[in-house]
Amino acid sequence: MRVRVLYFGVLKELFSCPSEDMEVETGCNVGELRKVFHGRMPERAWKSMAMAVNQEYAGDEVQLHDGDEVALLPPVSGGAPNDAPSALGGRR
Amino acid sequence: MQIAIVREVIDAGSITAALKAGADGAVCVFDGIVRDNTRGRRTLYLDYEAYEEMALNQMRSLAEEAIAKFGVRDIAVVHRLGRLYVGESSVLIVVASAHRGAAFDACRWLIDTLKKTVPIWKKEQFEDGAVWADGEPFPEEIVRG
Repeated sequence: MRVRVLYFGVLKELFSCPSEDMEVETGCNVGELRKVFHGRMPERAWKSMAMAVNQEYAGDEVQLHDGDEVALLPPVSGGAPNDAPSALGGRR
Repeated sequence: MQIAIVREVIDAGSITAALKAGADGAVCVFDGIVRDNTRGRRTLYLDYEAYEEMALNQMRSLAEEAIAKFGVRDIAVVHRLGRLYVGESSVLIVVASAHRGAAFDACRWLIDTLKKTVPIWKKEQFEDGAVWADGEPFPEEIVRG
């Protein structure tokens, strides 16, 4: 089956495209798709990203269906600039 | 409720005026503006982008949750995308309520939660380079589902 994967923020730049269609195994879940990206991006980015299916945050157990829209989301940073020290820089 | 993602200047005055009603005793406004530096490094401008449909849905559900949680009467949440320069408003949150305590609490909760969960990102352009701003880590329930 086929899903459309969307990239945002730093991930869009990393993959040099905003989205791509991917062939995945029927019955594949979010966690299995997440693993496909392991090694394709820095470990820190991979560990900190969230995933959404059809515009809702989705945990690893969520089942994918043909035609789903899956988004890879780096930690969000909307609003005004943040005073807090860098969250990612502070974690190892 | 007024929930919007815009690309033009956010008109705080008219949004606030439109939200007020006779039952209100307080209107609390949070106006998030672009600061001229991040940790001492001089900022020239910020480029904001969003997963727009999802961001709007998230903003709407946060506003609904805030009304239920704090008992305020009405809320406006407007976020701007695109290139924003120092001093410009990137986000406006307006909370109208019978009493000020609930208005302050709801307003604070809304901006803090928006910054952790609404899919909007910004790239900061400094004098000497550009970086995607580090967001706070996602809340556990979002990553694990």
